[in-house]
Amino acid sequence: MLEELARANAPQHIGVIGLGMAGPTIIAHGTEAQKSRYLPSILSAGEIWCQGFSEPGSGSDLASVRTRAELRGDTFVLNGQKVWSSYAQIADWCILLVQSDPGAARYQGLTFLLVDMHSPGIEVRPLRQITGDADFNEIFFTDTEVPKAQVLGGIGQGWAVAMTTLLHERATFGFSLTGALEAALGQLLRLAQDQPAQAARLTDAIGREWIQMQALKLTAHRALAQLAASGRPGPEGSIIKLAWSESNQRVTKLARELLPDPILDDGHWYYLQLRSRANSIEAGTSEILRNIIAERVLGLPRSR
Amino acid sequence: MDFSFSPEQRELQAQARSFLEARFPLSRLAQLIDSEPGWDPSSWTELAELGWLGVSVPESLGGAGLGFVEEAILLEEFGRCLYPGPYLATVAMALPALDDARLAEVANGKARWSALLGPAPDLVPDLNRVDWVVVASEDQVLAVEATGEMLTSIDPTRPMGRLDQVSGELLGKGQEAVRIGRLMRERLLTALALEAVGGAQRVLELSLEHARSREQFGKPIGIYQAVSHPLVDCYVEIELARSLAYWAAWCIGAGHEDASLAASAAKAAAAGAAVRACERAIQTHGGLGFTWESPLHRYYKRALWIERFGGTSAEHRSRVAETLLQRPPTAAAASASGAAVLPEAGAGG
Ligand SMILES: Cc1cc2nc3c(=O)[nH]c(=O)nc-3n(C[C@H](O)[C@H](O)[C@H](O)COP(=O)(O)OP(=O)(O)OC[C@H]3O[C@@H](n4cnc5c(N)ncnc54)[C@H](O)[C@@H]3O)c2cc1C
Repeated sequence: MLEELARANAPQHIGVIGLGMAGPTIIAHGTEAQKSRYLPSILSAGEIWCQGFSEPGSGSDLASVRTRAELRGDTFVLNGQKVWSSYAQIADWCILLVQSDPGAARYQGLTFLLVDMHSPGIEVRPLRQITGDADFNEIFFTDTEVPKAQVLGGIGQGWAVAMTTLLHERATFGFSLTGALEAALGQLLRLAQDQPAQAARLTDAIGREWIQMQALKLTAHRALAQLAASGRPGPEGSIIKLAWSESNQRVTKLARELLPDPILDDGHWYYLQLRSRANSIEAGTSEILRNIIAERVLGLPRSR
Repeated sequence: MDFSFSPEQRELQAQARSFLEARFPLSRLAQLIDSEPGWDPSSWTELAELGWLGVSVPESLGGAGLGFVEEAILLEEFGRCLYPGPYLATVAMALPALDDARLAEVANGKARWSALLGPAPDLVPDLNRVDWVVVASEDQVLAVEATGEMLTSIDPTRPMGRLDQVSGELLGKGQEAVRIGRLMRERLLTALALEAVGGAQRVLELSLEHARSREQFGKPIGIYQAVSHPLVDCYVEIELARSLAYWAAWCIGAGHEDASLAASAAKAAAAGAAVRACERAIQTHGGLGFTWESPLHRYYKRALWIERFGGTSAEHRSRVAETLLQRPPTAAAASASGAAVLPEAGAGG
């Protein structure tokens, strides 16, 4: 469905974090009560979700998050800061990774919470991006109370739960964005048809990008066959995300080569070119994805 | 992460892998290539007995009556072991031009073929290893005796020669010649892509083994990102090229209208992936990678040959773009068969 939406040139779906990340994580780790409470409104996009993983001190090294969740009776009390949280300014719920046991060994003191963004003690501050948009935010927690029943997958189990989210995040990216890339290629080809002189100089590059898009699409379907067989996206999803991000960066750049006045902001491709710079950072940087593929898929020794 | 091949197709793949690993291990390959005649002609009889020469030849003519997807599985494995012999020339290139009697002779191993497509270049692969050459031009297809001068190929496993003369028996003319020529070209490009993917995969595996075991500065070199990340990029490129090669094979097997586009796309991507995988492998192996002993230069030379033969990657990329730009605007980006390939790949033939 995400591939269809993306092909139809739909703007990035605001329910994408619910559908692509929160939903599958709740399906994998949630109690029956959690599933029946959250899944229907995720599917209907009746409630918007955001993802609170990254912090100022914890980006690629996600296991080092420091936002503190202290259990007092049946309630967690949150203090700390998240950053780069997309759609937090409009979200109803947040999948939040917190530190619940600072004394525990790495990976063992983390807990995954489903947090009501309308709770007292939450402040959201939008951050402006290089495109001028303000789609991502800082989230500040000050003595925010979250009932213990909002834990997903058990106290201290947060790392495993977060890994499920990340696998799905990269897979979601793969499918929805190969669809978006196909739509972008269609637009690029129309632009080339309108600008035959420029296009004639650039057939090698245009051919390269279409071939790459087609290869990504076919490979995403191969990965889907794997998902259908095992019920869990394999680390192969990382391949698609890695190759897609670089493809999208080249395609948006190439399209501007075809414009009659590339020194002017055309209001479309220039925006997409700027936005594409985030593709190799969001949902795991390209360097981190290469580490993951090297270690988990190719069996090379761990670098960390 | 494989296409959903049928159980029979997976069995064929496993059978080919184990046969070729036993008969053509890397250790034997070097000695075979460096001595006369540069390949093992007796292996041809074995291929005939295994039924691999007549995979797509009808059962009534002594073949297996299967399709190009099965031939594709074998071509990838032949590329993986760098088989020096005219399998690509005979099966991938020449078959579409042959009549029943000649097909039967291919299936039983009696006749080996190569082919010449279009006016230029006039170089025939494996000329000294085959009996006949299909010479296909715009308006006619001929069966020409394989005699001519041998030249020095960049890939010793793929000797190249120039025919003495190009007259012979007519195999097809007019529309039929056009159809045969197109099919030969699509099969050739896809076969080259499959060989490239098979070889690149093997070379990547050699690099990974080396990166895991070779230690410097007290650690396996694969721990250094300057070593591991380029190998990841090779792996990604190979996986993407493999998807395209299987797509092209399926299009040919199914007689799909996208076959020509898919074959060019697959050839362009796979040849590039193979050249880069070999270059990266030589670098990853350090001094060892630069030795004649190492198998890497054999794969590199094959990859360079694949990159040149049948048109370079850049030429095919431009061809793909020109095809797409001629389509009506709304249909330009979408391939008709791209998304439909997978579920049917197993059944395709
Ligand atoms: C548009 C956008 C939307 C986002 N939305 C969300 C969201 O909704 N929720 C959320 O939680 N986060 C979100 N993020 C944050 C994103 O996940 C992080 O930016 C990302 O994980 C990188 O972390 P960092 O920014 O701290 O960079 P760092 O981790 O500091 O990395 C800086 C550089 O160092 C490199 N580096 C780091 N470690 C290594 C290593 N071991 N080996 C090699 N290189 C390394 C990185 O690859 C990068 O190039 C978003 C980011 C962007 C750009």
